[in-house]
Amino acid sequence: MGYLPHTDAEREEMLSAIGVKSMADLFEAVPASHRFPSLNMPEPLSEMEVAAELQALSEANEHAGDFALFRGAGAYHHFVPSIVNHIIQRGEFLTAYTPYQPEVSQGTLQAIFEYQSMMCALLGLDAANASHYDGATSLAEAVTMALSVTKGKRKKIILSHAIHPQYREVVRTYHQGRDVRIVGDGGRADIADLVDMLDENTAMLAVQYPNFFGQIDDLRGLAEKVHAVGALFVIVTNPMALGLFKSPGELGADIAVGEGQPLGISLGFGGPYLGFFATRQKYVRKIAGRIIGETVDADGHRAFVMTLRPREQDIRRDKATSNICTNQGLMALAAAVYLSAMGKNGLRKVAELNYHKAHYTADEIDKLNGFEVVRDKPFFNEFIVRCPVPVEQVNAHLIEQGIIGGYDLGQDYAHLQDHMLVCVTETNSRAEIDAFVSALAELQK
Amino acid sequence: MGKWKTPDDLKYTESDEWIRVEGDTATIGITDYAQTQLNDIVYVELPDVGDTFDKDGVFGSIESVKAAADLHLPVGGEVVAVNDGLEDDPEVINADPYGNGWIIKIKIADASELDSLMDAAAYAKLCEERD
Amino acid sequence: MTEPLIYEISASGRIGVNLPQCDVPESELPSELMRDELALPEVSELQVVRHFTRLSQRNFGIDTTFYPLGSCTMKYNPRLNEDVARYDGFAKLHPLTDEAGAQGALALMYQLQTWLAELSGFSRVSLMPAAGAHGELAGILMIRKYHADRGDTKRTKILVPNSAHGTNPATVTMAGFEAVELPSDENGDVDLEALRAACDDTVAGMMITVPSTLGVFEDQILEVIEAVHACGGLMYMDGANMNALMGIVKPGELGFDVMHYNLHKTFSTPHGGGGPGSGAVGVNEKLLPYLPGPIVDIVEAPQAEEAAPLYGWVMPEKSIGRVKAFHGNFGMHIRAYAYIRAYGGEGLKAVSEHAVLNANYIRVKLHEAYHVPYDRICAHEFVLEGRFKGVDEVHALDISKRLIDYGFHPPTNYFPLIVHEALMIEPTETEDKVTLDAFIDAMLHIAKEAHENPELLRSAPHEAPVSRVDEVRAAKQLVLCCQPALPQAETD
Repeated sequence: MGYLPHTDAEREEMLSAIGVKSMADLFEAVPASHRFPSLNMPEPLSEMEVAAELQALSEANEHAGDFALFRGAGAYHHFVPSIVNHIIQRGEFLTAYTPYQPEVSQGTLQAIFEYQSMMCALLGLDAANASHYDGATSLAEAVTMALSVTKGKRKKIILSHAIHPQYREVVRTYHQGRDVRIVGDGGRADIADLVDMLDENTAMLAVQYPNFFGQIDDLRGLAEKVHAVGALFVIVTNPMALGLFKSPGELGADIAVGEGQPLGISLGFGGPYLGFFATRQKYVRKIAGRIIGETVDADGHRAFVMTLRPREQDIRRDKATSNICTNQGLMALAAAVYLSAMGKNGLRKVAELNYHKAHYTADEIDKLNGFEVVRDKPFFNEFIVRCPVPVEQVNAHLIEQGIIGGYDLGQDYAHLQDHMLVCVTETNSRAEIDAFVSALAELQK
Repeated sequence: MGKWKTPDDLKYTESDEWIRVEGDTATIGITDYAQTQLNDIVYVELPDVGDTFDKDGVFGSIESVKAAADLHLPVGGEVVAVNDGLEDDPEVINADPYGNGWIIKIKIADASELDSLMDAAAYAKLCEERD
Repeated sequence: MTEPLIYEISASGRIGVNLPQCDVPESELPSELMRDELALPEVSELQVVRHFTRLSQRNFGIDTTFYPLGSCTMKYNPRLNEDVARYDGFAKLHPLTDEAGAQGALALMYQLQTWLAELSGFSRVSLMPAAGAHGELAGILMIRKYHADRGDTKRTKILVPNSAHGTNPATVTMAGFEAVELPSDENGDVDLEALRAACDDTVAGMMITVPSTLGVFEDQILEVIEAVHACGGLMYMDGANMNALMGIVKPGELGFDVMHYNLHKTFSTPHGGGGPGSGAVGVNEKLLPYLPGPIVDIVEAPQAEEAAPLYGWVMPEKSIGRVKAFHGNFGMHIRAYAYIRAYGGEGLKAVSEHAVLNANYIRVKLHEAYHVPYDRICAHEFVLEGRFKGVDEVHALDISKRLIDYGFHPPTNYFPLIVHEALMIEPTETEDKVTLDAFIDAMLHIAKEAHENPELLRSAPHEAPVSRVDEVRAAKQLVLCCQPALPQAETD
């Protein structure tokens, strides 16, 4: 049955070595009134049957293998080179635990050290951790860190409304038990308005870049204003866009966080993904989560090990920087393989493909009557389209033609009813784009 | 003389800090016993000059590879100096806990609070008991 | 032999992936916003494959080595589950797909929620949390909101036994409570008298692991639960040790109000070198409205007898909110679903029985050569002391490192904190007797070596990819990335 290796003879031998007669005798400490409850669970299935059942469930979904996908909003359909999935399925990586024993975990440790190094390069910062659960929880941990850096004396957190709505929700969930005020994202405040909110009680100000609407705000000069009041400047970013655009470090960020999913991780209905987190050297002891450092072994050879451990829950318990005790190890490995394979030239090339295809799509949509692309700022691979009919109706029309349309912004922003967030990546061919635009053309007014 | 040095001219806390009083100011560090327990010290988090703390207030923390401890102020007061050298060279606390390994200097707010602290003999006894 | 860093095999102009030509007209790039440099490595595809394959060979994993790491449940990770999680309909499914287009995924999640609830006797499960500690945070926030909604705001404390995982007190602080540590009695169980003394109207709840972190079923667990409930507190169960409980007892029936499951332990989703995991939370009726959401529910009953219902997202009425973007670690949900399906209900009971059988077998074979505090029938793991009378220089860590030379991954070291020089051993049910016997032999050899040649242990490992690693140097001379110097920020 299942994956149990015991023979009847072995089981008997083991029970007798222990000095009990039956399996049931092993559980006498469990309150008798509640021992061995009935389970209303299904019968076991063979491997073939399990595979068939899951195949059927998977086929009941409308996915990017069968449909042309123009939806992003925080999760992106990018090309994943074959080697990524081959490497992360190596049993020695897949079936290892957290590298507490460095002598038998050098593979994981060095791979994560390389991940940290490549993320630092991409983000323009000095120190990255081994990752958080996802982009949203990375932002929540950035808030914790900002409160700690400002020694609990500052209580105000300023968030731009153009940060992913779900990320802002997660920040509020994490910090509901703490004495902290989260402001700035209630209306349509732009960056200049956020600057006006800065004061001596502000622990941090966060913006997204490119923002949730795909736009690239010009952030030059913003860091000085945030630093002038002694607060931390946090940038939520899309690592794919950083193949082209200035890094958060160049823009003066103290912390950069975001979703690493575009770096070689499949859509997977939202997870597992990869929350990256990087900061400046002077704040490394305030980072939550795992960090790998370089050192030497007893023979003087280069080796790697988890470091800055006393920040963590197993040592500092109720005074730890966070309760986190894992990272998204295998996903960080996927990102490391992806960034290695893409390299300096490949990442820039993919980012350019995203940019050009998105702009081509926007130009074509702009030619349609009743559709209008919002163009008040430069954009990367997503942009806002004002539609002549409700977005729900647009998408119902598109799905009939094998196309998954953009994200309905009216769900999260009252002022953006009938506005659709369209995403175009390197995976969308010109033929797909043209079919998408033709389908929209049928809704022209 | 016990296993650990406990100079007679200092006062001690149960949380293993020492204090050397010089007029209305005082120098504070951690004891020989504490540095032995922590082993290789790799980092000390220091307060800012000008910060004030009550007696027993946490003014910083100290870390070795696998342990961390909060630093408690033996008596209330204002921080007037911090040992900047610890930033690059925290292991000096292991080598010289009562000398170059000092951590902060304070201006004492209420000298009567000193009365509750242990003298060297009492502290040495406490160390023996915990061993 | 060390493996060079990926940056050290980089050469300017090399490319690892062939990318398509741009098939649309190019647009102008906004030059003032562009970056000047991007210091990523430049390597070929074969170099990448060889580099990471060599790195993998410098790891121990369940696939290569017995991995008796206590508290971590390092059981076999079925390969079928890796395949099914990569079916196109899952891997290429966008998380913001309209409900109607994601019925397969939603049906899977609904079924998994239902099975997990049934296995542990809870009303409802949310699959949102991404790890055990994440589930703990969700659970304690639910307890907080439950009391707050009743206007019961003086409850500021959560009780935590001194044997608890460090995540428990850390979670309590994160959720805005004060952690109050409880002592253990001479059996390693919660000290009932101390517990009763601590229970008053400032207690919001208690977090406890069952079976305990010492690997024993506390036979007084019902009294513990009753004491906390009597003062108005709620009971949180840390489900890290659920691998001993399936079909044995349902925590919900014992009286727990909320617990988290570790899908990456009990339900075999691979640990991946430290994640991803999944930390689903289950609750009883009291906390039902507070679950982190959204969760999956049936939003429209089936139209015909054989037809499927319509599944949709529902935000519980008084939810603590969203703990993660999208829907939790869905890839782990698929694997856990496949795992439960392969075993069925009776099979899962057999899993727990054999996990307990294996642990007790090792315990009785080692308890003469090693001191086993709290030596009684254990659950799926047990703790022994890694030290020997008369050999002061040998520590638990030395035994661990010496085990590496024998080809075994070390047990968990120095946890729980209430045992001196703790070595916590959890074999799991998927190990066969031959492997267990080989491990037992190695442990007995090491006990002998400790007396005859302690230096052999002190200098171990001798057969690993690296010798003992200098952790002090790593912490003092922080080298956290291998990047060449970065350009300074414009604003600095």
